[in-house]
Amino acid sequence: MTDELPRTDAAAHAAGDAHPATGEPLLRIEGVAKTFGTFRAVDGVSLDIKAGEFFALLGPSGCGKTTLLRMLAGFEAPDEGRILLGGKDIAQALPHERPINMMFQNYALFPHLSVRDNIAFGLKRAGMARADIATRVAEMVALVKLDGLEKRKPDQLSGGQRQRVALARALARRPQLLLLDEPLAALDKKLRENTQGELMELQRRLGMTFIIVTHDQEEAMTMADRIGVMNAGKLAQVAGPRELYEAPRSRWIAEFVGDINLFDAESKLRDGHRLVVGTRDAGTLVVAEPRQPVGESRFAVAIRPEKIKLSRRGPVSEAGHENAINRLDGVIADVCYLGGTTTYKVKLDTGGLVQASVANSARLDVDAYSLNQQIVAWFSPDDCVVLPS
Amino acid sequence: MSARRIFARPARFAAIAPYVWMVLFFLVPFGFVLKISLSQTAIAQPPYEPVFDLTAGWTAIRAAFAALGIDNFKLIASDDLYVFAYLRSLTVAVTATALLLLIGYPIAYGMARLPKRWQAVAMVLVIVPFWTSFLIRIYAWINILQHDGLLNQILLALHLVREPVVWLSTDTAMYIGIVYSYLPFMILPLYATLAKMEPALEEAAGDLGAPPWQVFWLVTFPLSLPGVGAGVLLCFIPIVGEFVIPDLLAGSNSLMIGQTLWLEFFTNKDWPVASSAAIVLLVVLLLPLLLYERLQRRQLEQR
Repeated sequence: MTDELPRTDAAAHAAGDAHPATGEPLLRIEGVAKTFGTFRAVDGVSLDIKAGEFFALLGPSGCGKTTLLRMLAGFEAPDEGRILLGGKDIAQALPHERPINMMFQNYALFPHLSVRDNIAFGLKRAGMARADIATRVAEMVALVKLDGLEKRKPDQLSGGQRQRVALARALARRPQLLLLDEPLAALDKKLRENTQGELMELQRRLGMTFIIVTHDQEEAMTMADRIGVMNAGKLAQVAGPRELYEAPRSRWIAEFVGDINLFDAESKLRDGHRLVVGTRDAGTLVVAEPRQPVGESRFAVAIRPEKIKLSRRGPVSEAGHENAINRLDGVIADVCYLGGTTTYKVKLDTGGLVQASVANSARLDVDAYSLNQQIVAWFSPDDCVVLPS
Repeated sequence: MSARRIFARPARFAAIAPYVWMVLFFLVPFGFVLKISLSQTAIAQPPYEPVFDLTAGWTAIRAAFAALGIDNFKLIASDDLYVFAYLRSLTVAVTATALLLLIGYPIAYGMARLPKRWQAVAMVLVIVPFWTSFLIRIYAWINILQHDGLLNQILLALHLVREPVVWLSTDTAMYIGIVYSYLPFMILPLYATLAKMEPALEEAAGDLGAPPWQVFWLVTFPLSLPGVGAGVLLCFIPIVGEFVIPDLLAGSNSLMIGQTLWLEFFTNKDWPVASSAAIVLLVVLLLPLLLYERLQRRQLEQR
């Protein structure tokens, strides 16, 4: 790979040529909405994206993330709201008028053009000189490691190679913003993981702003600086990967991102910095007081499976004590060995079901539990999250 | 191969079926026509000689073979009437096919961009004229184009012309008839190629900075070339040999080869010359077909 790749227009942009340190975002989405017939695909989304950021739009299919991306590319015009790129409203601009490029889900490579002509397509449209085009194409080919394949047609390439051509073609014009629509969905798992790393490396090196749409939360978490979770046309939460996982803002997000155990609260009692919560399924639980007071609304106590410890005899703990620990007695109802971890389902004596994920830190299964074994599941109040229902 | 084995391997039987068809319904009749084209006209039944009589014995058959000759082809090549008829047929076919492409492409493109359920409706609308007999539709055009026909009535009512225009027995009328009759054969293959084209390809071209007309010329049109080729062939070949439309709508001062053939066959009763003309027409039509096939093979090899 060429190490001395010239800095991109976007990198110069990020360095503040266009925006002196005012902290103004590269992209500002303001109250954007799009309706198809009676279906409100995107319902009032507002979002700021900084130059040089790797942002992921995550959500289940039909949540509006692709429609939002298509509005950024110009394939759909928003019915409401503004899209500001570098301070200029581009909401109604046509795709070919925007300094934005997109990598399509199925790559959309031109089947009648060679790899070289696919990559050069956008450069020719920009009226670049012939010699400059040749240089830039060679640079892009080296960047995505496609050397020697320049004359091939797309149908003579493997899936991974096609993905690289699509990436090179979208990067060739050095867009201010690169949109990636499920860029890795068509690759198999191993290739996907490698490509994730390469994409991140590339983005950092070029200093470009990437917005990726994905339904794969692991992919979003691995690659993105920030993640916007979408549900039913709305942005449910915008946060970094850790915050999204550890402090989800709603029950829906907690369930969508990763696995979680949820216990509906039936009563609550304040006790210093803690809440003592009565639940139907797991008895009384002690939880750290949430940042936003729950008030009188209904809520649930949530705990991630990997934060639950299992042992034959649980630690001794007093309910009123400062370091009180939640202790749940039960029997192992299901064992699922996954290699790195084992997931146990514990049937609680109080009636509920708890999922616990345990790292297999030893090769021999001396610590493993077997079906129907009496067990104590325990966890700290700080690891619990209180979520409004 | 026994009958049992044929039925045990339906796939193999299916593979030879088109060849059986071609031999029975193309090669054998072609052999007859070729033989007649090499014969001489005669006042007899059938109106040519020699006639092969398999019962007459070996010597008679050999004598019949010896009597065959290429005089008719020499006649066709030397007579301006035929040369002009071929040239006119080709001119008409090229012009009409170009018109068909110009009119059919936008229609096919528009159809392919309709919402799915409307595409089915549009498809039916394109095919619906086939439910009426071809001949009746051409007679309907005579009605529309005649002196006091619908077209002249409309033009007069709109004050576009002061007196009725002569349409019938002109090339314009013939082109109207040909374009009208062959339009579905142009639209359907074009529509099929355009409809299965991934819409993301056009979006990608736009995304990469191509304004709409460049999107069309650089992506949509090149990718629709197989459909263009199929549509052009489906129209061009039958138009070259077209008889009914020029006979009913065009004037009689210059004839297409189909009409010349008809005259030779039915009016002059000269089967051998008519057969020779048909064979020459076949050869003329084979050329564009071979060219198209070569082009397609080269495209495949490039892949």
